[in-house]
Amino acid sequence: MLKTLNRTNLRHLTGLIQRFQSTLVVAEHNNDTLIPITLNTITAATKLGGEVTCLIAGTNCAKVAEQLSKVKGVHKILVAQNDAFKGALPEELTPLILATQKQFNFTHICAGASAFGKNLLPRVAAKLDVAPISDIIEIKSQDTFVRTIYAGNALSTVKCNESVKILTVRGTSFEPAEVEGGSATSEEVSPSSPVGVSVWLEQSLSKSDRPDLASAKVVVSGGRGLKSGDNFKLLYDLADKLNAAVGASRAAVDAGYVPNDMQVGQTGKIVAPELYIAVGISGAIQHLAGMKDSKTIVAINKDPEAPIFQVADYGLIADLFKAVPELTAALK
Amino acid sequence: MSSRVLVGVKRVIDYAVKIRVKPDRSGVVTDGVKHSMNPFCEIAVEEAVKLREKKLIKEVVVVSCGPQQVMETIRTALAMGADRGIHVEVTGKEYETLGPLQVSKIMAALAKKEEAKLVILGKQAIDDDCNQTGQMTAALLDWPQGTFASEVTIDGDKIKIVREIDGGLETIQINMPAVVTADLRLNTPRYATLPNIMKAKKKKIANVKPADLGVDLTSRIETVSVDDPPQRLAGVKVETVDDLVAKLKEAGNI
Repeated sequence: MLKTLNRTNLRHLTGLIQRFQSTLVVAEHNNDTLIPITLNTITAATKLGGEVTCLIAGTNCAKVAEQLSKVKGVHKILVAQNDAFKGALPEELTPLILATQKQFNFTHICAGASAFGKNLLPRVAAKLDVAPISDIIEIKSQDTFVRTIYAGNALSTVKCNESVKILTVRGTSFEPAEVEGGSATSEEVSPSSPVGVSVWLEQSLSKSDRPDLASAKVVVSGGRGLKSGDNFKLLYDLADKLNAAVGASRAAVDAGYVPNDMQVGQTGKIVAPELYIAVGISGAIQHLAGMKDSKTIVAINKDPEAPIFQVADYGLIADLFKAVPELTAALK
Repeated sequence: MSSRVLVGVKRVIDYAVKIRVKPDRSGVVTDGVKHSMNPFCEIAVEEAVKLREKKLIKEVVVVSCGPQQVMETIRTALAMGADRGIHVEVTGKEYETLGPLQVSKIMAALAKKEEAKLVILGKQAIDDDCNQTGQMTAALLDWPQGTFASEVTIDGDKIKIVREIDGGLETIQINMPAVVTADLRLNTPRYATLPNIMKAKKKKIANVKPADLGVDLTSRIETVSVDDPPQRLAGVKVETVDDLVAKLKEAGNI
């Protein structure tokens, strides 16, 4: 009897705690559209159990606010529009987030583990004097998270006893939230005065008609074996047949074959597509860290000893200069 | 300009080592395993030394936090051209739970004490893969940050930084004093030559305790367990491109 009573009380208590959970998701956008990793982050945020609020800060937030208000799982949107937010500089965004935190007392603050999230959230955490947790792949409970360490060669489960949990979320580990069906309310938040210690000057983005690397269903990647930047055309042709994004190993980037934003690996992008085709890539630990959660892995390499064959579902030992055009032709 | 750069270096398991998780799931095996300087820290040291060679800065001070063994890592940086070292001694239980928050507090305290104009760190350590310390150091000092830098140009009291971002590159300009974190493409670190290794033995390394800097090392993050990631099932070798296409079709991949 006493036991049942206790259990009921406990359940009430848990319910109460859950109701007090509230999560802030810092939305990543380019003043025109929401960056997809924000949707994966919203899914992670809903798993924490409390209300989910999204903060949009930028020079032009209307379109993104419109998109976010329909995203399922989002309760409230905070909009902060100011010219000081040009380039999403962390020196300017941090005071805004701190002011928001002071007003709403979130229990969790999260963002996608992209270049944007990685740049910003640790700065926010230090200001709150809490230790942040990077690139989580699983949420065990409101305070317990799983992340990878040592280039994905070990899984670390950590319990965070901080008053505010600051997390960046690995996009490929959580499904994107549905972009329809939500009905979030919107509220303006006043930005603090500009800090003015940093200025955004310019960006040069690699233009491509191919799908975004981090969220593509199929990825074709090339390594040192391609021998030159021109030869990457073989992979672009194959990718076009498969509607795939094209990635690269560090060796291919360092050799100047392709730009750095195509790098897949521990220090580049983490991808987990349905199909990953590694061409002329040996499969170093650092590269595997970025792609070994792909559903199906195909390796084309002439070296039968290449470590990539240890993780490949289908391995073809062949000269890529012969095999890749053959594969492209076979897909016609 | 007569200013000082502080460079943080971390001793980690060598990047080429296949790590092993301890049977008691408390961490990974580090005893008897080859350690070296974190690759991103090497790039940070190289950049600092280059800036001094260009006479844009006066002194390069290298810092590492940890047990006695991190002295080797500091010596390596000194052999690469850093002027002097600071060993922040952290041992035992405190070293096991030493994380970016604690290290950034140490770095911030030292940056003030040494009156540094610039702190250069690697963008991440290849063991904990956190990618936090630089950002947190900048926050604690209220300095601007130039993270994932692939190009650094000092112009008076401003720094122009080309950053590696998801879609390509971006350029920002930040005021000094500042914190910069190095990406892989910032430079190619030099090898320490034997004469320089010998010279490095004469360079000074100061010993400091976190308490001397007023830094409390209490951590509120507990590691519950460390496990092996799920293993992939062995795959098959195919003989021809046609076989490959057939297999992918069968599996519904294409």
